[in-house]
Amino acid sequence: MSKRTMRFKVYRYDPDRDAKPYMQELSLELEETDKKLLDALVKLKTKDDSIAFRRSCREGVCGSDAMNINGKNGLACLTDLSSLPDEVTLRPLPGLPVIRDLIVDMTQFFNQYHSIKPYLVNDTPPPERERIQSPEEREELNGLYECILCACCSTSCPSFWWNPDKFVGPAGLLAAYRFIADTRDQDTNARLDNLEDPYRLFRCHTIMNCVDVCPKGLNPTRAIGKIKDMMVARAV
Amino acid sequence: MVKRNVVGAHYGLRDWIAQRATAVYMVLYSVIFVLVSLAIPSEHLSLRAVLTAPCMRFLTLLFFLTLCYHAWIGVRDIFMDYVKPLGLRLALHVAAILVLIGYAAWAAKILLLLGA
Repeated sequence: MSKRTMRFKVYRYDPDRDAKPYMQELSLELEETDKKLLDALVKLKTKDDSIAFRRSCREGVCGSDAMNINGKNGLACLTDLSSLPDEVTLRPLPGLPVIRDLIVDMTQFFNQYHSIKPYLVNDTPPPERERIQSPEEREELNGLYECILCACCSTSCPSFWWNPDKFVGPAGLLAAYRFIADTRDQDTNARLDNLEDPYRLFRCHTIMNCVDVCPKGLNPTRAIGKIKDMMVARAV
Repeated sequence: MVKRNVVGAHYGLRDWIAQRATAVYMVLYSVIFVLVSLAIPSEHLSLRAVLTAPCMRFLTLLFFLTLCYHAWIGVRDIFMDYVKPLGLRLALHVAAILVLIGYAAWAAKILLLLGA
Protein backbone atom coordinates (compact mmCIF):
# COMPACT_ATOMS: atom_id res chain seq x y z
CA MET A 1 0.00 0.00 0.00
CA SER A 2 1.34 3.46 -0.91
CA LYS A 3 2.20 5.81 1.85
CA ARG A 4 -0.09 8.76 2.37
CA THR A 5 1.27 12.29 2.34
CA MET A 6 -0.66 14.89 4.29
CA ARG A 7 -0.26 18.65 4.26
CA PHE A 8 -0.74 20.53 7.51
CA LYS A 9 -1.35 24.22 8.05
CA VAL A 10 -0.52 24.91 11.67
CA TYR A 11 -1.35 28.11 13.55
CA ARG A 12 1.88 29.52 14.91
CA TYR A 13 2.23 32.31 17.43
CA ASP A 14 4.93 32.92 19.98
CA PRO A 15 4.14 36.21 21.75
CA ASP A 16 7.84 36.66 22.63
CA ARG A 17 8.96 36.49 19.01
CA ASP A 18 6.07 37.02 16.60
CA ALA A 19 4.35 40.33 16.00
CA LYS A 20 1.24 38.46 14.91
CA PRO A 21 0.10 34.88 14.31
CA TYR A 22 0.80 33.11 11.01
CA MET A 23 0.02 29.74 9.44
CA GLN A 24 2.96 27.38 8.89
CA GLU A 25 2.67 24.83 6.11
CA LEU A 26 4.25 21.42 6.60
CA SER A 27 3.89 18.14 4.77
CA LEU A 28 4.25 14.73 6.32
CA GLU A 29 4.56 11.22 4.99
CA LEU A 30 2.51 8.89 7.16
CA GLU A 31 3.47 5.37 8.19
CA GLU A 32 1.00 2.49 8.45
CA THR A 33 1.22 2.81 12.23
CA ASP A 34 0.09 6.46 12.26
CA LYS A 35 -3.59 6.21 13.13
CA LYS A 36 -4.54 9.36 14.98
CA LEU A 37 -3.98 13.05 14.39
CA LEU A 38 -1.86 13.17 17.54
CA ASP A 39 0.55 10.66 15.92
CA ALA A 40 0.96 13.09 13.04
CA LEU A 41 1.45 16.03 15.40
CA VAL A 42 4.16 14.21 17.32
CA LYS A 43 5.89 13.53 13.98
CA LEU A 44 5.50 17.15 12.95
CA LYS A 45 7.26 18.10 16.16
CA THR A 46 10.24 15.97 15.16
CA LYS A 47 10.40 18.02 11.95
CA ASP A 48 10.03 21.36 13.71
CA ASP A 49 10.48 21.12 17.45
CA SER A 50 9.28 24.67 18.02
CA ILE A 51 5.63 23.66 17.43
CA ALA A 52 3.86 23.75 20.79
CA PHE A 53 0.79 21.72 21.76
CA ARG A 54 -0.49 19.98 24.87
CA ARG A 55 -0.81 16.22 25.08
CA SER A 56 -0.69 13.67 27.83
CA CYS A 57 -2.67 10.44 27.94
CA ARG A 58 -3.08 10.13 24.14
CA GLU A 59 -6.34 8.20 24.58
CA GLY A 60 -9.10 10.75 25.11
CA VAL A 61 -9.07 10.76 28.89
CA CYS A 62 -7.02 13.77 29.92
CA GLY A 63 -8.52 16.27 27.46
CA SER A 64 -5.19 18.05 26.90
CA ASP A 65 -4.95 18.00 23.12
CA ALA A 66 -8.20 19.75 22.23
CA MET A 67 -7.77 21.94 19.17
CA ASN A 68 -9.63 23.28 16.18
CA ILE A 69 -9.26 20.70 13.39
CA ASN A 70 -10.39 21.90 9.96
CA GLY A 71 -12.74 24.34 11.64
CA LYS A 72 -14.23 21.95 14.18
CA ASN A 73 -13.07 21.45 17.75
CA GLY A 74 -11.90 17.98 18.69
CA LEU A 75 -9.24 15.92 20.42
CA ALA A 76 -6.18 15.17 18.28
CA CYS A 77 -5.77 11.80 19.99
CA LEU A 78 -9.29 10.67 19.10
CA THR A 79 -9.37 12.01 15.55
CA ASP A 80 -8.66 9.31 12.98
CA LEU A 81 -6.26 10.41 10.26
CA SER A 82 -8.36 8.34 7.85
CA SER A 83 -11.33 10.61 8.57
CA LEU A 84 -9.37 13.73 7.55
CA PRO A 85 -8.72 15.05 4.04
CA ASP A 86 -5.12 15.31 2.81
CA GLU A 87 -4.97 18.96 3.82
CA VAL A 88 -5.57 19.71 7.49
CA THR A 89 -5.71 23.11 9.16
CA LEU A 90 -4.95 23.15 12.88
CA ARG A 91 -5.77 26.13 15.04
CA PRO A 92 -5.98 26.64 18.81
CA LEU A 93 -9.39 26.42 20.50
CA PRO A 94 -11.28 29.57 19.50
CA GLY A 95 -12.20 32.30 21.95
CA LEU A 96 -9.48 31.74 24.55
CA PRO A 97 -6.20 33.70 24.75
CA VAL A 98 -3.33 31.93 22.97
CA ILE A 99 -0.27 31.22 25.10
CA ARG A 100 1.69 29.75 22.22
CA ASP A 101 0.80 27.99 18.96
CA LEU A 102 -1.96 25.46 19.78
CA ILE A 103 -1.83 26.07 23.53
CA VAL A 104 -4.52 28.30 25.00
CA ASP A 105 -4.95 29.89 28.40
CA MET A 106 -7.88 28.00 29.98
CA THR A 107 -8.13 30.16 33.12
CA GLN A 108 -11.54 31.59 32.19
CA PHE A 109 -12.85 28.13 31.36
CA PHE A 110 -11.77 26.70 34.72
CA ASN A 111 -12.98 29.80 36.60
CA GLN A 112 -16.46 29.07 35.26
CA TYR A 113 -16.11 25.39 36.15
CA HIS A 114 -15.11 26.22 39.73
CA SER A 115 -17.96 28.75 40.03
CA ILE A 116 -20.57 25.96 40.03
CA LYS A 117 -18.94 24.20 43.03
CA PRO A 118 -18.01 20.98 41.26
CA TYR A 119 -18.11 18.81 44.37
CA LEU A 120 -20.78 17.18 46.52
CA VAL A 121 -22.15 19.36 49.31
CA ASN A 122 -23.61 17.29 52.12
CA ASP A 123 -23.36 18.39 55.75
CA THR A 124 -24.96 15.30 57.29
CA PRO A 125 -22.55 12.97 59.12
CA PRO A 126 -21.20 10.42 56.63
CA PRO A 127 -22.58 6.91 57.12
CA GLU A 128 -20.24 4.15 58.12
CA ARG A 129 -19.72 2.85 54.61
CA GLU A 130 -21.12 5.05 51.85
CA ARG A 131 -24.05 7.23 50.80
CA ILE A 132 -26.31 4.79 49.00
CA GLN A 133 -28.00 5.60 45.69
CA SER A 134 -30.61 3.48 43.95
CA PRO A 135 -29.70 2.22 40.46
CA GLU A 136 -32.23 4.71 39.01
CA GLU A 137 -30.66 7.62 40.91
CA ARG A 138 -27.22 6.57 39.72
CA GLU A 139 -28.51 6.23 36.16
CA GLU A 140 -29.31 9.95 36.09
CA LEU A 141 -25.59 10.73 36.38
CA ASN A 142 -24.73 8.83 33.21
CA GLY A 143 -23.85 11.21 30.39
CA LEU A 144 -22.86 13.86 32.94
CA TYR A 145 -19.89 12.60 34.94
CA GLU A 146 -17.89 11.50 31.87
CA CYS A 147 -16.86 15.08 30.93
CA ILE A 148 -13.07 15.39 30.70
CA LEU A 149 -13.02 19.22 30.66
CA CYS A 150 -11.23 19.44 27.33
CA ALA A 151 -13.14 22.71 26.57
CA CYS A 152 -14.09 21.65 23.03
CA CYS A 153 -17.74 22.51 23.78
CA SER A 154 -17.37 25.82 25.59
CA THR A 155 -14.91 27.18 23.02
CA SER A 156 -17.26 26.29 20.15
CA CYS A 157 -20.14 28.13 21.82
CA PRO A 158 -20.75 31.66 20.48
CA SER A 159 -22.38 32.65 23.77
CA PHE A 160 -19.16 31.68 25.57
CA TRP A 161 -17.10 33.65 23.03
CA TRP A 162 -19.09 36.83 23.74
CA ASN A 163 -19.31 36.44 27.54
CA PRO A 164 -16.61 34.06 28.80
CA ASP A 165 -16.43 36.01 32.06
CA LYS A 166 -20.16 35.70 32.83
CA PHE A 167 -21.65 32.73 30.95
CA VAL A 168 -20.80 29.44 32.65
CA GLY A 169 -20.58 27.67 29.30
CA PRO A 170 -21.72 24.15 28.30
CA ALA A 171 -18.97 22.27 30.16
CA GLY A 172 -19.63 24.13 33.41
CA LEU A 173 -23.40 23.75 33.07
CA LEU A 174 -23.10 20.03 32.35
CA ALA A 175 -21.05 19.72 35.54
CA ALA A 176 -23.57 21.91 37.39
CA TYR A 177 -26.39 19.55 36.44
CA ARG A 178 -24.24 16.57 37.40
CA PHE A 179 -24.33 17.84 41.01
CA ILE A 180 -27.90 19.15 40.87
CA ALA A 181 -29.01 15.68 39.72
CA ASP A 182 -26.99 13.86 42.36
CA THR A 183 -29.28 12.65 45.17
CA ARG A 184 -26.36 12.68 47.61
CA ASP A 185 -25.99 16.47 47.22
CA GLN A 186 -27.95 18.77 49.55
CA ASP A 187 -27.20 22.09 47.89
CA THR A 188 -29.73 21.90 45.05
CA ASN A 189 -31.55 25.15 45.80
CA ALA A 190 -28.36 27.13 46.24
CA ARG A 191 -27.03 25.65 43.00
CA LEU A 192 -30.19 26.71 41.14
CA ASP A 193 -29.98 30.18 42.76
CA ASN A 194 -26.40 30.40 41.57
CA LEU A 195 -27.50 29.87 37.96
CA GLU A 196 -30.76 31.88 38.01
CA ASP A 197 -29.25 34.74 36.09
CA PRO A 198 -29.60 36.15 32.57
CA TYR A 199 -25.88 35.64 31.99
CA ARG A 200 -24.77 32.54 33.86
CA LEU A 201 -27.33 30.10 32.46
CA PHE A 202 -29.66 31.96 30.13
CA ARG A 203 -26.98 33.04 27.64
CA CYS A 204 -27.48 29.55 26.21
CA HIS A 205 -29.53 30.02 23.06
CA THR A 206 -29.63 26.28 22.23
CA ILE A 207 -27.16 26.65 19.37
CA MET A 208 -25.96 23.09 20.14
CA ASN A 209 -22.40 23.46 18.84
CA CYS A 210 -21.44 21.86 22.16
CA VAL A 211 -23.32 18.66 21.32
CA ASP A 212 -21.85 18.66 17.82
CA VAL A 213 -18.22 18.73 18.96
CA CYS A 214 -18.12 16.83 22.27
CA PRO A 215 -15.47 14.11 21.78
CA LYS A 216 -17.10 12.02 24.52
CA GLY A 217 -20.54 12.18 22.87
CA LEU A 218 -22.14 14.07 25.77
CA ASN A 219 -25.11 16.41 25.50
CA PRO A 220 -24.70 19.67 27.49
CA THR A 221 -27.81 21.15 25.82
CA ARG A 222 -29.98 18.42 27.35
CA ALA A 223 -28.42 19.03 30.77
CA ILE A 224 -29.05 22.78 30.42
CA GLY A 225 -32.66 22.00 29.47
CA LYS A 226 -33.04 19.88 32.61
CA ILE A 227 -31.67 22.70 34.79
CA LYS A 228 -34.27 25.03 33.23
CA ASP A 229 -36.98 22.41 33.85
CA MET A 230 -36.01 22.25 37.53
CA MET A 231 -36.09 26.06 37.78
CA VAL A 232 -39.55 26.09 36.24
CA ALA A 233 -40.70 23.31 38.61
CA ARG A 234 -39.39 25.36 41.51
CA ALA A 235 -41.00 28.62 40.40
CA VAL A 236 -44.38 27.55 39.07
CA MET B 1 -16.90 51.35 41.11
CA VAL B 2 -14.55 48.54 42.02
CA LYS B 3 -13.85 46.36 39.01
CA ARG B 4 -15.39 43.05 40.07
CA ASN B 5 -17.19 40.59 37.87
CA VAL B 6 -20.77 40.68 39.13
CA VAL B 7 -23.60 38.37 38.12
CA GLY B 8 -26.78 37.19 39.86
CA ALA B 9 -29.54 39.44 38.53
CA HIS B 10 -32.12 36.73 39.30
CA TYR B 11 -34.49 37.40 36.44
CA GLY B 12 -33.26 34.91 33.86
CA LEU B 13 -36.01 32.34 34.32
CA ARG B 14 -38.89 34.85 34.23
CA ASP B 15 -37.80 36.29 30.90
CA TRP B 16 -36.97 32.88 29.46
CA ILE B 17 -40.51 31.67 30.17
CA ALA B 18 -42.03 34.96 29.02
CA GLN B 19 -40.14 34.76 25.72
CA ARG B 20 -41.58 31.31 25.06
CA ALA B 21 -45.10 32.13 26.25
CA THR B 22 -45.26 35.28 24.09
CA ALA B 23 -43.94 33.31 21.09
CA VAL B 24 -46.69 30.70 21.51
CA TYR B 25 -49.36 33.39 21.74
CA MET B 26 -48.04 35.16 18.63
CA VAL B 27 -48.14 31.91 16.65
CA LEU B 28 -51.73 31.24 17.80
CA TYR B 29 -52.82 34.78 16.96
CA SER B 30 -51.14 34.61 13.55
CA VAL B 31 -53.00 31.39 12.74
CA ILE B 32 -56.33 32.91 13.89
CA PHE B 33 -55.65 36.09 11.89
CA VAL B 34 -54.80 34.18 8.70
CA LEU B 35 -57.88 31.95 9.04
CA VAL B 36 -60.16 34.94 9.67
CA SER B 37 -58.63 36.85 6.75
CA LEU B 38 -59.23 33.90 4.44
CA ALA B 39 -62.82 33.53 5.62
CA ILE B 40 -63.90 37.11 4.85
CA PRO B 41 -64.03 38.97 1.53
CA SER B 42 -60.62 40.45 0.83
CA GLU B 43 -61.45 44.10 1.17
CA HIS B 44 -60.61 46.86 3.61
CA LEU B 45 -64.07 47.27 5.11
CA SER B 46 -64.57 43.62 6.07
CA LEU B 47 -61.11 43.44 7.64
CA ARG B 48 -61.90 46.61 9.55
CA ALA B 49 -65.18 45.10 10.72
CA VAL B 50 -63.38 41.98 11.98
CA LEU B 51 -60.78 44.00 13.88
CA THR B 52 -63.47 46.22 15.37
CA ALA B 53 -65.20 43.28 17.03
CA PRO B 54 -64.35 43.49 20.79
CA CYS B 55 -62.99 39.96 20.97
CA MET B 56 -60.66 40.46 18.00
CA ARG B 57 -59.65 43.90 19.21
CA PHE B 58 -58.64 42.41 22.57
CA LEU B 59 -56.69 39.57 20.91
CA THR B 60 -54.96 42.03 18.58
CA LEU B 61 -54.02 44.39 21.38
CA LEU B 62 -52.66 41.42 23.32
CA PHE B 63 -50.69 40.42 20.21
CA PHE B 64 -48.96 43.80 20.02
CA LEU B 65 -48.21 43.80 23.75
CA THR B 66 -46.71 40.29 23.60
CA LEU B 67 -44.81 41.29 20.45
CA CYS B 68 -43.26 44.24 22.29
CA TYR B 69 -42.34 42.15 25.35
CA HIS B 70 -40.89 39.40 23.12
CA ALA B 71 -38.94 41.99 21.14
CA TRP B 72 -37.62 43.57 24.35
CA ILE B 73 -36.17 40.24 25.58
CA GLY B 74 -34.67 39.47 22.16
CA VAL B 75 -33.17 42.90 21.64
CA ARG B 76 -31.76 42.92 25.17
CA ASP B 77 -30.18 39.52 24.48
CA ILE B 78 -28.42 41.01 21.45
CA PHE B 79 -27.17 44.00 23.48
CA MET B 80 -25.96 41.65 26.25
CA ASP B 81 -23.99 39.59 23.75
CA TYR B 82 -22.49 42.29 21.57
CA VAL B 83 -22.42 45.64 23.42
CA LYS B 84 -19.70 45.59 26.06
CA PRO B 85 -19.45 49.21 27.41
CA LEU B 86 -21.83 49.34 30.38
CA GLY B 87 -23.03 52.94 29.79
CA LEU B 88 -23.76 52.32 26.12
CA ARG B 89 -25.61 49.09 26.94
CA LEU B 90 -27.76 50.84 29.54
CA ALA B 91 -28.53 53.66 27.10
CA LEU B 92 -29.52 51.15 24.40
CA HIS B 93 -31.73 49.27 26.88
CA VAL B 94 -33.54 52.48 27.82
CA ALA B 95 -33.88 53.48 24.15
CA ALA B 96 -35.29 50.06 23.25
CA ILE B 97 -37.80 50.22 26.12
CA LEU B 98 -38.95 53.72 25.12
CA VAL B 99 -39.33 52.78 21.44
CA LEU B 100 -41.28 49.60 22.30
CA ILE B 101 -43.58 51.44 24.74
CA GLY B 102 -44.17 53.99 21.97
CA TYR B 103 -45.03 51.23 19.49
CA ALA B 104 -47.38 49.54 21.98
CA ALA B 105 -49.16 52.82 22.75
CA TRP B 106 -49.45 53.61 19.06
CA ALA B 107 -50.93 50.17 18.31
CA ALA B 108 -53.38 50.56 21.22
CA LYS B 109 -54.45 53.97 19.96
CA ILE B 110 -55.10 52.64 16.44
CA LEU B 111 -57.12 49.71 17.80
CA LEU B 112 -59.17 51.91 20.14
CA LEU B 113 -59.90 54.41 17.37
CA LEU B 114 -61.13 51.57 15.14
CA GLY B 115 -64.22 51.31 17.29
CA ALA B 116 -64.90 55.05 17.25
